[in-house]
Amino acid sequence: MRHHDSRGSRAVIGLLLLACVTIITIDARHGTSASPVDPMRAAVGDVLGPVEDGASAATAPLTAVPDHFRTVSNLSTENAALQQANARLRTQLRAERANANRNLEVDTIGAFADQNGYRVVQAQVVAMGPAQSFSRTVTIDAGTRDGVGPDLTVINANGLVGRVIESSATTSTVLLAIDRDSTIGGRLASSMELGFLDGTGDVNGGGRLTLSLVDHTVTPAQGDTVVSWGSIHGAPYLPGIPIGKVVSVHSSPAELTETANVQPFVDFSALDVVGVITSQAGSGTTVASGGAR
Amino acid sequence: MRTLLRGFVVALLIVFTVTLQVSVFSHFAFDGVAPDMALLLVIGAALVRGPTYAALVGFAAGLVLDLAPPADHTAGRWALALVVVGYVSGLAKADGAQSVIGTLTIVASGAFIGTSLFALSGLVLGEPSVTVSSALQVVPIAILYDVVLTPFVVPLLLVVFRRLEPAERW
Repeated sequence: MRHHDSRGSRAVIGLLLLACVTIITIDARHGTSASPVDPMRAAVGDVLGPVEDGASAATAPLTAVPDHFRTVSNLSTENAALQQANARLRTQLRAERANANRNLEVDTIGAFADQNGYRVVQAQVVAMGPAQSFSRTVTIDAGTRDGVGPDLTVINANGLVGRVIESSATTSTVLLAIDRDSTIGGRLASSMELGFLDGTGDVNGGGRLTLSLVDHTVTPAQGDTVVSWGSIHGAPYLPGIPIGKVVSVHSSPAELTETANVQPFVDFSALDVVGVITSQAGSGTTVASGGAR
Repeated sequence: MRTLLRGFVVALLIVFTVTLQVSVFSHFAFDGVAPDMALLLVIGAALVRGPTYAALVGFAAGLVLDLAPPADHTAGRWALALVVVGYVSGLAKADGAQSVIGTLTIVASGAFIGTSLFALSGLVLGEPSVTVSSALQVVPIAILYDVVLTPFVVPLLLVVFRRLEPAERW
């Protein structure tokens, strides 16, 4: 009996493993183009998206507790950093008042949208993938029904969050800027120099983006603001959205390039309300950025 | 008919667990690593019902993890990892008597096998999000988190899977 059992069981395991490998192969072969798995993904998203939405809403009082502590600890480190920055800025301000126009802080998503003539759909983050899955993605509760679709820019009150990579009717998946898969065209606000920002995969307070400039004779300055440069086809990233500030610069003699660590303005571990930019009024409008003045 | 009903309950349990993992427990993530509820579910199935059943539950739970938003990786990777976890945990259970230490060992090794296999399949497929250094960072935390949660979650799962067991087997 036991012998028969283990033989039958081995056949089941064999079949299951084969099924897994088949699914992986089918999905991997199609890469970024339409994979046969995509309709299944969309179907599961249609069903589970609202469930995630409901679960997230129902447990909001509970999940607010760890978020609160995280925010408090973030705030205390941020406070120390801000005090330092304040002192530095004061001296800087005395030396060069003209530097003030470097600042392109955006106060709220709404203000940002009004100021730039964007139409923004507000959404709530309802699910976040764990680090065990390695990709840094979140689910938001806005989908094709709200006019949200792939390759739209996602922001929050602090700056660039990422872009939509997939949408079902009621939910969308957002690839965070911090994901290792994410590369964003960015420019230094002070000098308008162009570069590329790559995610490092770390969503915590220490999470950084790596900036490599196109012109390697330029050295980014510490504290310099980096904004998005905008993609050639207008998607996925709109120009002029604040991304982060340069915190340190590394040069590697072997590669002749200088890379900078950029601290994102957005706290990716405590994402809550985000805005998806669904349309741009007047396609020719350039977004006001400090460096342009 | 009853088998169908049992299957339906397990399917609901899987959806519930995965939802809990991505929507609720993601807020309790430590260093980005959230407790792996789906993995604990598979191990619970293995402890009560043995390798074959656990592998089936692992396949289903893995597939939901692979397809439910916000998953972005190649589909089938969690399914593969959890099939192996279910099978190996079931075999390990058959070898040893059920003790607290035994259960914790099975959870720890299951978490190790699951997260490592998932990382490994990403490395093999060349997914840019997976690097060896990030895997080395994530796997120990994941094991620790799952082991810490075991006393709270696994007894509950054992009760559920025992109730879902067909009576005629006893």
